[in-house]
Amino acid sequence: MTEIRDEWPLYEIFVRGKRGLNHVHVGSLHAADDEMALRHARDVYTRRNEGVSIWAVRSDVIAASSPDEKDPMFAPSGDKVYRHPTFYDIPDDVPHM
Amino acid sequence: MSAVSDQETGLLAEFDETVARHERIEPRDWMPEKYRQTLVRQIAQHAHSEIIGMQPEGNWITRAPSLRRKAILLAKVQDEAGHGLYLYSACETLGVSRRELTERLLAGRQKYSSIFNYPTLGYADVGTIGWLVDGAAICNQVPLCRTSYGPYGRAMIRICKEESFHQRQGYELLATMMRGTDEQRAMVQESVDRFWWPALMMFGPPDNDSPNTAQSMAWGIKRNTNDELRQKFVDMTVPQAEALGVTLPDPELRWNEERQAYDFGQPDWEEFKQVVSGNGPCNAQRMAHRRQAHEEGAWVREAAAAFAARSER
Repeated sequence: MTEIRDEWPLYEIFVRGKRGLNHVHVGSLHAADDEMALRHARDVYTRRNEGVSIWAVRSDVIAASSPDEKDPMFAPSGDKVYRHPTFYDIPDDVPHM
Repeated sequence: MSAVSDQETGLLAEFDETVARHERIEPRDWMPEKYRQTLVRQIAQHAHSEIIGMQPEGNWITRAPSLRRKAILLAKVQDEAGHGLYLYSACETLGVSRRELTERLLAGRQKYSSIFNYPTLGYADVGTIGWLVDGAAICNQVPLCRTSYGPYGRAMIRICKEESFHQRQGYELLATMMRGTDEQRAMVQESVDRFWWPALMMFGPPDNDSPNTAQSMAWGIKRNTNDELRQKFVDMTVPQAEALGVTLPDPELRWNEERQAYDFGQPDWEEFKQVVSGNGPCNAQRMAHRRQAHEEGAWVREAAAAFAARSER
C-alpha cells in the first residue's frame, strides 16, 4: 500500500442559503488551499441551489469555547432575568407592547 | 472513590441525561470511549459504502442508453461521492483523521455495505439499485436523522433529501422498461430477482444475531432494530412491485391480516456472512479498484500540496 503523505488541511464550510440569511455551518472538507476549498465546497455542499455564497475557513484558526467552561461562560445569562422582556409587568390594556 | 473516577461518574451521568432527553451529543462534549468507537465504526462503514457504492453504477455511465439517462446517472454517482464526504466529515469530528479512515478501508480493517459486492450486469440494474438498494438505504437512514450524535444526524438529513431522487429515478427507469418489449420486461424481472435478497440483507443480521443493537439503541445511535427496518422495507416495497408489474422472488411472501404486515422468507444468512467476510462475487474487484484510484491520485494530492506550499511562501 502506498503511504499517504501530506494530508490537505481541514476547512469548515459555511453557506448562505439565500439573500437575507446568515451563513450557516454545513460541514467540513479537505483542500490544499483556499481556492480549492471553495471549489470543493461548491461541489460537495451546493449541488442543488443550497446557497448563494460560501465561506471556507481553516479549522485550525477557529477559536471555540470549550465545554469545560460551559458554566462560567454561559451561567451569568441565567440570573439576569431583567434582560428579557417578560421580566416587566405591563398592564393588559396598553396596546402594541 | 478517587477524584478522577468521581469526575468520570459525573460526566457519564451528564451524558446519559443528555441522551435520555433526546438532545444531541456534540463533538466537544465528553462521551464514553465505547460510544465514540461505535460511532467511528458505524459512520466510517457508512462513508466507505457511499464511496465503494459509486463503482457498481459508475460501471454503466459510458454505456447509458441515452443522454438523459447518462446525465441522471452521472448526477447520482456524484451524489454518492458527496454523501461519502458528508459522512467522512462527520466522522472526523470524533478525532479520527481522513488519512486513518482511508488507510483502514484500504487495509480491509473497516468494512462497507455487503450490497456493493454484487455485480451490475445490465442497465436494468441501475434502475433496480435505485429502487431497491436506495429504497432500503432510505429505510435505514431516515431514523438516523434523529441519531444522538449531532454531526451524524445532520449528515443524514442532507443525504436523505438527496436519496429520494435516487429512488425515484430508479423506479422511473424500471417503469419505462416495463412499458417496453417483452425482452425489456424480462430484463427487469431478472434484475429484481438478483437484487431482492441482497437488498434485504442490507439491514444486517436478524435481531437475535445482532449483539451490538441493544447498546446502540440505549445510546440513541440506532433508533430501530434490524428486523423492524427490514419489515418496514418489505411493507413499503410490495405495493411498489405490484404497481411496476414485477414478482418479488419469495414464495413465502404474503399479507398477514392479523399483523397488518407482510410475512416474508429469510435471506440466505450464510451467503451474507461469506460476502461480509470478503468472499462475495466482487469484493476483490471493488477493493482493487479503490486502491488503484487512490494510488493513481497520489500525484494530484502531492502536486496540489506542493503548489499550496509554494504559494504560501
